[in-house]
Amino acid sequence: MIKCKEFLKELTDYLDGTISVSVREELEEHLHWCHECHVVMNTTKKTIEIYRDNQIFELPEPLRNKLHDAIISKCKHSKSGKTRSSS
Amino acid sequence: METIQKKAGEDTSELGLVQAAKGGDLEAFSELVKRYDRNIFRIAQHITHNEEDAQDVVQDAFLKAYQNLEQFQGNSKFYTWLVRIAVNEALMKLRKRRSDKTVSIDEDVETEEGTMPREVADWSPNPEQLYGQSELGDILKKTIQGLPPGFRTVFVLRDVEGLSTEETAEMLGLSIPAVKSRLLRARLQLRERLAKYFKSKRGGDGQP
Repeated sequence: MIKCKEFLKELTDYLDGTISVSVREELEEHLHWCHECHVVMNTTKKTIEIYRDNQIFELPEPLRNKLHDAIISKCKHSKSGKTRSSS
Repeated sequence: METIQKKAGEDTSELGLVQAAKGGDLEAFSELVKRYDRNIFRIAQHITHNEEDAQDVVQDAFLKAYQNLEQFQGNSKFYTWLVRIAVNEALMKLRKRRSDKTVSIDEDVETEEGTMPREVADWSPNPEQLYGQSELGDILKKTIQGLPPGFRTVFVLRDVEGLSTEETAEMLGLSIPAVKSRLLRARLQLRERLAKYFKSKRGGDGQP
């Protein structure tokens, strides 16, 4: 029977679903009786979901337009100033 | 709120855009910029934690990509290639800003500290609803800022931007086990820190 420490070690693969059936069964057996690991697993999953669903650091539209124009203008100048291989 | 999230280009027209841009078609390159600028900005912000730096990274990464398009072989996705450039630019910025400290993506803190959960109380059923949108944003920013750069970079690439372990490893020059170990620690540490805000408070101390 696996212990909490071993469960934690596999947590990332467990949450990502990249784990063999036999290991998954062992982990689920552990989750069945270990309330603490169950909470840790659930709240870790929630942590990932919260960061995924609430995108922080969005690029505001006016800034986005400004950056876009700056990029394109720099690109224009960078290529006009250098010889391009056209192979 | 913006919901359009373009992820790694599965779109077949992307190669066409890249080909056209290689030939000097700026319209095509502009399309590529619009496709990924939000992702690149987000990644840059997460790594540098400085908006000015993040803006520079967006500009420099796209410019470098444009100048080096000839070198893009097409055996990886354009997005993956672009992110790699952006991550390098962002790390350079971070190093510059913190010239007093060494910032290294491959510093591995081989301790078990921070991996054994201390906080094991369950969370409220809908933790996000405990806070307003902007307050929640502040909490998430503050929490992730506290992680070492190597941890938050891995977390952002894997869990926020949805890149694979292999892609993340390749981009950061880390081994796959190193990415996995960092991801585990980042996830657990974020969870531990968020618990403070999201813990279910039974018995009521006034605030939800």
